[in-house]
Amino acid sequence: MSHPSTYTPGSGFERWLDKRLPIVRFGADFMGFPTPKNLNYWWTFGAILTVCLVIQIVTGVILAMHYTPHTSMAFASVEHIMRDVNYGWLMRYVHANGASMFFLAVYIHMFRGLYYGSYKAPREIVWMLGVVIYLLMMATAFMGYVLPWGQMSYWGATVITNLFSAIPLIGDDIRTLLWGGFSVDNPTLNRFFSLHYLLPFAIFGVVVLHIWAFHTSGNNNPSGVEIKDVKKDAIPFHPYYTIKDGFAIVVFLILFAAFVFFNPNALGHADNYVEANPLVTPPSIVPEWYYLPFYAILRAITFDIFFIPAKLGGVLAMFGSILILFVLPWLDTSKVRSMRYRPVARLWFILFVIACIALGYLGGKPAEGVYVMWAQICTAYYFGFFLIILPLLGLLETPKPLPRSIAEAVLKKKDGGGAEVPAHAAPAE
Amino acid sequence: MTTSDNTADGDVTRRDFIHMSHIMATAAAVGGGAAVVWPAVHQMNPDASVLALSTKEVDLSTISVGQAIKVMWQGKPVFIRRRTPEEIAEAEATPVSDLIDANARNDNLPGVDATDTDRVTSRDGQARPEWMILVGVCTHLGCIPLGTTAGENRGEYNGWFCPCHGSHYDVSGRIRKGPAPENLLIPPYEFISDTVVKIG
Repeated sequence: MSHPSTYTPGSGFERWLDKRLPIVRFGADFMGFPTPKNLNYWWTFGAILTVCLVIQIVTGVILAMHYTPHTSMAFASVEHIMRDVNYGWLMRYVHANGASMFFLAVYIHMFRGLYYGSYKAPREIVWMLGVVIYLLMMATAFMGYVLPWGQMSYWGATVITNLFSAIPLIGDDIRTLLWGGFSVDNPTLNRFFSLHYLLPFAIFGVVVLHIWAFHTSGNNNPSGVEIKDVKKDAIPFHPYYTIKDGFAIVVFLILFAAFVFFNPNALGHADNYVEANPLVTPPSIVPEWYYLPFYAILRAITFDIFFIPAKLGGVLAMFGSILILFVLPWLDTSKVRSMRYRPVARLWFILFVIACIALGYLGGKPAEGVYVMWAQICTAYYFGFFLIILPLLGLLETPKPLPRSIAEAVLKKKDGGGAEVPAHAAPAE
Repeated sequence: MTTSDNTADGDVTRRDFIHMSHIMATAAAVGGGAAVVWPAVHQMNPDASVLALSTKEVDLSTISVGQAIKVMWQGKPVFIRRRTPEEIAEAEATPVSDLIDANARNDNLPGVDATDTDRVTSRDGQARPEWMILVGVCTHLGCIPLGTTAGENRGEYNGWFCPCHGSHYDVSGRIRKGPAPENLLIPPYEFISDTVVKIG
């Protein structure tokens, strides 16, 4: 990691081990990582997400001990988990709600990164690895939702795999390859189970790279100003942020437990308690809440764009809405990271959050009439925010004066409650 | 001649040999890798047991005029409607220029126009307007259109209606309104007697 090692082996055994496998040194340096002293609670979601991943892996491995990935038995085996397996209901409800909690946390984490400019140099790789993790999460959650083999599992899988048939020339072959047959069927269920078990470990690997990357660049912070003097601007991760993250995790787990114990099916769909039936489509196919904004974008493209037919256009817009995040570090031309000091960008950002939430609402509504029109407006704004507003604002906007250091930003806040303090008054610590 | 020095006289040395070996080993590894990629991908395609179920014989003798049934073929529903003379007349009267998709989408007759006659032609080239046989999967995103079971919504064109995103198909299974891009697919089929059809 990027800071010089401060570890001194205390005992003879530690000195012996340190020459052979410096794992204690690694842990000590990791925990002592110099962290900006002004991180707020929006920064605790990294730790919360780590907890989410561990919970999903542990409960998932347990569920796999009782689940049967076969079309004739999958639905019954999930009910067997719910009724017969000791604490099976708990494991399944934690796993199912855990997916929702995971996405809730990741969306807050991503909006935090957007607001404070955490994607800007030198953190482009941190951000891009985060987008990779997010894509893997979407794939994992989608395949996991198919496993109970309810009506929504089956028809969700049918609609999503059919998206690939929109690809010109090779689309149908890709779809057959995904299915392993001529429709979603037992081979599909089997491979989804295999991949659903594999991908969380891939996510774990990318998370390690994600952490490694920001331990090299250093954490961003609410002021967006880099650490200049480690003594004044930074504090060690442990104990200062282990306690802050720990408190946030406890608060988050209260929300988690409220869902698991008091309303475990609130975020699910009743149709998924009906076994999959290839002959009957449910009246409306609605994806899980965390996909709704993208589902709205998919359905917003109801018109041909030049030579691109509407169906392909919708698929491209949906995938494009995520892939655009990869190039975000180069679309935003502003040198100022934190939107605290970007009064105009901040307003556009608030509008962006509203557009995302609106898309989520519209994705759950039928694709007709005024809903389609609003989905089109929000989709246009979603892409406009990245492709027009952020590139132009960096050139047009006059940012507020930046604090000279993190320490100055913190002291200024303490003195004046956010009021402007002459720049020369601050550095006297 | 020494073999251990990397001299400038162009002789092959032991060090050259190890570089050459690496290049050849890399080439072999790439070739070997490519050879195992295809099996690793192709295993995901439909297997022999799936392909073995690719045809289905259906007895039509129990279907009365105006009635329709669903059968499973390749994991998908196939709709078989025994159409009334009025329905046939209505379908035949529709000009191809009124259609969203002018292609018949008939696996038995690739590339022809979507006239009603071409939609009801089987592999042997014979048209049977009474029997409308099609794959009951909406060409938009794969839902099952309503209209086969008595009493279901048959849409504005008296054929089939997909509830997912509102596609309307006529009594010949041709897309008339809504987001679906293509007519309902006609599977390959042939009549092996007057009342038995083999699909696939």
